[in-house]
Amino acid sequence: MADIRNNFIGIKSPNPFWLASAPPTDKAYNVERAFKAGWGGVVWKTLGEEGPPVVNVNGPRYGAIWGADRRLLGLNNIELITDRDLQTNLREMKQVKMNWPDRALIASIMVPCVEESWKAILPLVEETRADGIELNFGCPHGMSERGMGAAVGQVPEYIEMVVRWCKQYTRMPVITKLTPNVTDVRKPARAAKAGGTDAVSLINTVNSITSVNLDTFSPEPSIDGKGSHGGYCGPAVKPMALHMVAEIARDGETRGLPISGIGGVTTWRDAAEFMALGAGNVQVCTAAMTYGFKIVQEMIAGLENWMDEKGHRSLDDIVGRATPNVTDWQYLNLNYIAKAHIDQEACIKCGRCHIACEDTSHQAITSLVDGVRHFEVMEDECVGCNLCVNVCPVEGCITMVPLEADVLDQRTGKTVSPNYANWTTHPNNPMAKVAAE
Amino acid sequence: MATGHFKDGIAGNRLAPETYADNFSDLHPPLDHHEALVEADRCYFCYDAPCMTACPTSIDIPMFIRQIATGNPLGSAKTIFDQNILGGMCARVCPTETLCEEACVREAAEGKPVQIGRLQRYSTDVAMEEEKQFYKRAASTGKRVAVIGAGPAGLAAAHRLARYGHDVTVFEAKPKSGGLNEYGIAAYKSTDDFAQAEVDYVTAIGGIDIRNDMALGRDIQLSDLVQSYDAVFLGMGLGGINALKADGEDAKGVENAVEFISVLRQTGDLAKLPIGRRVVVIGGGMTAIDAGVQSKLLGAEDVTICYRRGKEDMNASGFEQDLAAANGVTIRHWLQPKRVISHNGKVTAIELEYTAMKDGKLSGTGELLTLPADQVFKAIGQTFVSSALNGSGASIELENGRIKVDAEGHTSMAKVWAGGDCIRGGEDLTVTSVAQGRDAAESIHRAFTSNGRA
Ligand SMILES: Cc1cc2nc3c(=O)[nH]c(=O)nc-3n(C[C@H](O)[C@H](O)[C@H](O)COP(=O)(O)OP(=O)(O)OC[C@H]3O[C@@H](n4cnc5c(N)ncnc54)[C@H](O)[C@@H]3O)c2cc1C
Ligand SMILES: Cc1cc2nc3c(=O)[nH]c(=O)nc-3n(C[C@H](O)[C@H](O)[C@H](O)COP(=O)(O)O)c2cc1C
Ligand code: SF4
Ligand code: SF4
Ligand code: SF4
Repeated sequence: MADIRNNFIGIKSPNPFWLASAPPTDKAYNVERAFKAGWGGVVWKTLGEEGPPVVNVNGPRYGAIWGADRRLLGLNNIELITDRDLQTNLREMKQVKMNWPDRALIASIMVPCVEESWKAILPLVEETRADGIELNFGCPHGMSERGMGAAVGQVPEYIEMVVRWCKQYTRMPVITKLTPNVTDVRKPARAAKAGGTDAVSLINTVNSITSVNLDTFSPEPSIDGKGSHGGYCGPAVKPMALHMVAEIARDGETRGLPISGIGGVTTWRDAAEFMALGAGNVQVCTAAMTYGFKIVQEMIAGLENWMDEKGHRSLDDIVGRATPNVTDWQYLNLNYIAKAHIDQEACIKCGRCHIACEDTSHQAITSLVDGVRHFEVMEDECVGCNLCVNVCPVEGCITMVPLEADVLDQRTGKTVSPNYANWTTHPNNPMAKVAAE
Repeated sequence: MATGHFKDGIAGNRLAPETYADNFSDLHPPLDHHEALVEADRCYFCYDAPCMTACPTSIDIPMFIRQIATGNPLGSAKTIFDQNILGGMCARVCPTETLCEEACVREAAEGKPVQIGRLQRYSTDVAMEEEKQFYKRAASTGKRVAVIGAGPAGLAAAHRLARYGHDVTVFEAKPKSGGLNEYGIAAYKSTDDFAQAEVDYVTAIGGIDIRNDMALGRDIQLSDLVQSYDAVFLGMGLGGINALKADGEDAKGVENAVEFISVLRQTGDLAKLPIGRRVVVIGGGMTAIDAGVQSKLLGAEDVTICYRRGKEDMNASGFEQDLAAANGVTIRHWLQPKRVISHNGKVTAIELEYTAMKDGKLSGTGELLTLPADQVFKAIGQTFVSSALNGSGASIELENGRIKVDAEGHTSMAKVWAGGDCIRGGEDLTVTSVAQGRDAAESIHRAFTSNGRA
């Protein structure tokens, strides 16, 4: 049986599935239920300074995007950090940690960007015996208007400064949670590393407006006719999150920095993909908020079953396995030539591949052959772009078949070279590095 | 107590009174909003969609379904009505399993086509409930067209002609309009007086004057119409039925299935409609199934449909055969009627002979079977009654007993077009009749305008 116990920067949990800092982790009641359901750890809902807690809006906090049959694909929220008193949270955290010593309990923190504030809260958190802290530099709405959250996370210098304070004033491991609302996520990651962070976690939510009410012309969610941008999360953000995780995992400066992967994790498969790209574990919010805590059981079983099937014995066998395969475009093999192939047995003749290729791409798929409805790839036109594969409603019906070396590519009239060759040495590249002569 | 079930002979009140409404409720209940969205989402928006090719009126199916999916049911209804102004009735009565849904690529893929008919009903219901009229009559052209018959063919022709601004007078022999939509379609396919609601919806465009109780050949003559109108469209359907060719056919209780259904459709309190305890239906088409199923729903204890050929030869679709079976109707094959057995002039049984194919020809085997029956329905096909056309001087050419038309619906007589069941060509279906009525109207309009003057 695969061993899925997780050791993330020394914090141990029975599995790599943590609940991200959000409503599911806002109080003991929820967290107790989560641990009973099987979650490996939680990042407690972000704590703020001592004093009167923040207030949330009293109207809707969420907006959403749905797929077929109202499947929730993307969720947007304008919630702030915890709106409960700091002492209550700390007391509950301590009790829960005592009840569940084998689970990870991380405190998420967001206080003003001044040294005293951080210095004041860290000992209080330490006292709860939390396993570590997560610095919330990501919240993109509300708190950022007050100079916290993403307002810090978008300025690498601030990140480095705050991380340094934390490392100075606490012995607890520090995880720096990054915002995706930047042009290059490597910059804040490098800053966190420079400040001495033990790990980064990403992504927090993405700035978004989910929809506009066309009767009232208010953005959704609408609070008394007005809306404000919120943070987007759920399945829709996973591709962006995967990309950002991979960028940090393969960056020369941050390579090896532990990553907790967040953003759209909904199934065991999503988790495995994050880990393959370099995440040491994953955090989940929207999926739990959509389906409840029980989904972790599917995640655990699914991950174990897949690992058993593939012969992976522990998480170390999979973490980062895909990272070396993420490269720059310029290094992709231009001598790799694939052609679409339609399995006529599987084809249901919907014609989507034809019209996609015909109207918008390379006119490489027939619609009629000898007067009969028939869809077939013309290899002399196909550039191998994969569009037809992606629009075909039948899984596995169209496949991309690589041409063997020395075979004629009917489109270019050239034979396929067996050698790897990329853009850096391509004759059309004015900047081509001249191949060693 | 449903003791009424076992009353001998032909009687009403066979069922508990509350059962009737249930039995004759919608065969395919309407999709609610969410169901429609989910179903619409199953459509692949096919290129050159096979479903569209299979629809006799060529409705742009992927487009109207996409309009449902995007929350635009009125736009969807317009897409449907553009091609088929009786899209509401067709959504209810089309044998989709042999038309659009049979061609749907999801039928090939998984045996579960997109439910095009029910989606079509969803949008057309929205438009009709809102009384949304999509078409305005063009300015009057002064051209006058007489339409014979207010069935699907006649109504479709009338609407298209009215759109072009021609003045249409519809002569309808019956007191109510709608043709077989009103008098023939099974009650559970067209509930809540939908046929009349649709007639009102279609005629709301204006410029269509329906004169009921006016029969061609009786109250008006073709020769006069050709004189006083610029064009005539014949959409009179099939008035006659084939004879059983069995001895004793005129016994009491031997009835024409179409007539029985017509009475049923006009009966307010179905409990009062008498039905036999044991019913035998002769035939193998849609009418036979409808007569059999509705007999059962009225409380007949035992209903048997006898068809003279095999299952695969039946005109009734697989779905309809299953519907009959699900309602407890027995379908027996390879049996032809031989003799009606009666007592005191009332039918008591029917004697049938087994049949077989011999040298490519159907013939009796000599083996006999007697089925007890209080009522026998003849559903062995309808025929065109051409007598109404006669006396018009030059007569209209027929072909295989029905009116002969060219590709445009033009008959052999100048200024006279025809469409629907009364012409040869196409299946005898509501949707086919709509297509033929519409296309003939287009042809008439072209004829009016081809000389440069509308
Ligand atoms: C029992 C039964 C069930 C059916 N079920 C279905 C079904 O489920 N789905 C389907 O698609 N099709 C069904 N059909 C077939 C469908 O009803 C017909 O194909 C369709 O109605 C034909 O339309 P039409 O306009 O040509 O003729 P009709 O609907 O027959 O209309 C003809 C009209 O002309 C009038 N008329 C006739 N003679 C004269 C005259 N001399 N002067 C003035 N008016 C005249 C008639 O009163 C009638 O109103 C069914 C048919 C029957 C008999
Ligand atoms: C309602 C809501 C509130 C959130 N509050 C916090 C928060 O207080 N602190 C924080 O670091 N992240 C917060 N997040 C972000 C999540 O922790 C997580 O980073 C994000 O939702 C992406 O993960 P997901 O796609 O699994 O939901 C919140 C998310 C949601 C939906
Ligand atoms: S791979 Fe691209 S170019 Fe080739 S057939 Fe498919 S869509 Fe057309
Ligand atoms: S998209 Fe797929 S199923 Fe549809 S015609 Fe093309 S190959 Fe066939
Ligand atoms: S064939 Fe089926 S899937 Fe394709 S457009 Fe028609 S209804 Fe939609």
